[in-house]
Amino acid sequence: MITVKGLTRSYGDFRAVDEISFTINEGEITGLLGPNGAGKTTTLRMLSGYLKPDSGSILYDGVNTADDPIGIKKITGYLPESAPLYGDMMVFDYFCYIAELRAIDNAPDRIREIASMCRIREVMHKNINELSRGYKQRVGIAHAMIHDPSVLILDEPTSGLDPVEIIEIRNLIKDLGKKKTVILSTHILPEVEATCDRVIIINRGRIVADDATSKLQSSAGRGRSIIIRVSGTGYEGLESMLRSVRGVDHIARIDDSDLASAMATVSGDTDARADIFHAVCGKGWVLYEMKQERTSLENIFRELTIGGGNEQI
Amino acid sequence: MSRYNEILAVMKRDLRSFFNNPIAYIIITVFLAVTGFYFFMFFFYNNQAEMRGLFDLLPLLFFLFIPAVTMKLFSEERQTGSLEILLTLPVSTRDVVIGKFLAGLVFSMIMVSPTLIYLLTVILNGSPDYGPVIGGYVGVIFLAGAYTALGLLASSVTRNQIIALIMGWVICFFFWGIDWVARFVPAKLNFIAMLGTDYHFKSIARGIIDSRDLIYFVSVIAIALMLTIKVVEERR
Repeated sequence: MITVKGLTRSYGDFRAVDEISFTINEGEITGLLGPNGAGKTTTLRMLSGYLKPDSGSILYDGVNTADDPIGIKKITGYLPESAPLYGDMMVFDYFCYIAELRAIDNAPDRIREIASMCRIREVMHKNINELSRGYKQRVGIAHAMIHDPSVLILDEPTSGLDPVEIIEIRNLIKDLGKKKTVILSTHILPEVEATCDRVIIINRGRIVADDATSKLQSSAGRGRSIIIRVSGTGYEGLESMLRSVRGVDHIARIDDSDLASAMATVSGDTDARADIFHAVCGKGWVLYEMKQERTSLENIFRELTIGGGNEQI
Repeated sequence: MSRYNEILAVMKRDLRSFFNNPIAYIIITVFLAVTGFYFFMFFFYNNQAEMRGLFDLLPLLFFLFIPAVTMKLFSEERQTGSLEILLTLPVSTRDVVIGKFLAGLVFSMIMVSPTLIYLLTVILNGSPDYGPVIGGYVGVIFLAGAYTALGLLASSVTRNQIIALIMGWVICFFFWGIDWVARFVPAKLNFIAMLGTDYHFKSIARGIIDSRDLIYFVSVIAIALMLTIKVVEERR
């Protein structure tokens, strides 16, 4: 179990990670989700022991990383973003090198085992520079797995891959997650929905949501949003009309056409579309579009990270 | 597994990576061409069975070449990001620094080793005084060690190899060039020559292996390596 308490790290004046706390249970695949620059990489670097936190603590099964940095590095496997492996080495030689530094007994057998697990046997005698991104990423995951760590930390494991490679990497991570604790970061939402049991959304160095993926999805399903476009009035007119409709809590401006357009968020079970339609007719405006969609995890993510629906979309 | 193995693993990787790069061969070729020319010119011109031609030139060549050898050791890893992997392996920063230092030193020794052929020429054509020859080679190891450690320090502070090279030159220039400064300062200040590597190298290369000179070199190496460890730990 990993317990993080009040973790903070600044670069100069910039607080990249600001007092975040969470716990990760054994055998969970946790996704750290946030826009670029939210502090995901910094958090993972601290978890891996590469960066020292300015304040706060990270405990692996009760052991503080500050007290036993080498011991923690022995039980974790870490793959930085874009897999910065030594490009001038052959894959097999690279594994031998890592095995030597990690003091692995019977390295050749272990390398064979890990190679077939990550399906990279056919590239073992290629230079790392010559590999496609998908293979390079798999070699990177294999390198992080070679000592059979209990915790695997992957920074943006699927960024820059093509769709087929992304699916392969996701399946590999899901397989690994059956036996290990996996922490990965991503700025792509479907990634979390597809692979993670649990999601921690961070924005500007703070945690804005932390729950099981399924729970966040179902809470997301309760809300609905209606996109509406009319002519015959400006945005202000449309907004004041929407405010009078029962059930509408939130109105956001959409500025992508000459028509007055807005996104209204509706809570509860009320279907506001009939009321909106009658109101538009009553004012004598022309209704160009009205579309209702269920709020997805994506909208939650957008709302949480942009900071409410009042900003222009 | 002992720490010794981890140092060795880092050293072997970096050494191999030197030879995966054409720069290594260019450096060795130019080094041997220059030393060969200078040695044989001196040898035939003076008609003396000695290696002085080589040992007079080596400090200048080391000052020029060793920062070029060491520049990539940390800079390249910072640039590509592989340093992040290296430092999240269960290896202490000290072992990484020592391993890389040894890689640079062994590379320099490989670069110098063909000059033993010059020694063979001397032995075949006369009977040299072995004191200065042995002293010269002992001095070469320590001199290369000092410049390697200083070059490594320069490499650890930046991700740009060119900046690492120029900083390496600046730092090594201080240690190499202070001997020249000592020649035109008032006699009372002549002792500043002792800060430089030349003073101590020349003393060893005369064939007198004095513990004071060895302590000087070991201190320079130790201080540079300790600073490097500090820099690598702090600058992430």
